[in-house]
Amino acid sequence: MTVTVQLFARARDLAGTSSLELDLSEAATVGELREVLISQEPRLTPIARTLLVAVDGEYAANDAPVREGAEVACFPPVSGG
Amino acid sequence: MSETNQARLHVELTDGPIDFAALTEEVRSPAAGAVVLFLGTVRELTNGRRTVALDYEGYPEMAKAKMLELCRGAAEKWPVVGARVVHRLGHLELGDVSVAVAVSCPHRKDAFEAGRFLIDRLKEIVPIWKKENWADGSTEWVHPGSEFTTELS
Repeated sequence: MTVTVQLFARARDLAGTSSLELDLSEAATVGELREVLISQEPRLTPIARTLLVAVDGEYAANDAPVREGAEVACFPPVSGG
Repeated sequence: MSETNQARLHVELTDGPIDFAALTEEVRSPAAGAVVLFLGTVRELTNGRRTVALDYEGYPEMAKAKMLELCRGAAEKWPVVGARVVHRLGHLELGDVSVAVAVSCPHRKDAFEAGRFLIDRLKEIVPIWKKENWADGSTEWVHPGSEFTTELS
């Protein structure tokens, strides 16, 4: 399945785009999504360790499932305020 | 949480200046003997480095949802009469207000604690980021916990 990942802040700047399409297996998890993301966009490697993943508006751990059509976003630690 | 409380919780993202006087007025009520307003403003010096401006970016849908979640959380912990959380996005100059939290409770201890909770948690979980525009012309995303971070408070 194909999942679109939105990127923000330094992640977007490093990747040079605000969204990426990733090919994932049908039973993909957030952990797999991270691996595919970094292999497809190695420029994100410097911040791979600190990247956060949100699925459908909620922070998602590596074992969380990613379903087709999910809204996925990856971004570095937040710094609002 | 009662329906009344729910109606008195409001969050917003804006590209323009935050009218914090109006915001404060919105949470005032005869039921609340205490109103606390917190403003986050663009500071010039961070660890000796000089800032000329900040650029804020957000993930709007999730940011608003998380801000509202925090308001609901505050209303569960403290007797919140009204709460407003507004964050500004875009280019901000020194002294500009980047975030405003207004909260009212029957008594001041609760109002202070609820306000502190709202701004502290906002800085931890709401997906908004700031980029420093340093006086030397360089720019730098602020990402706590990464090697590129300049810790701000």
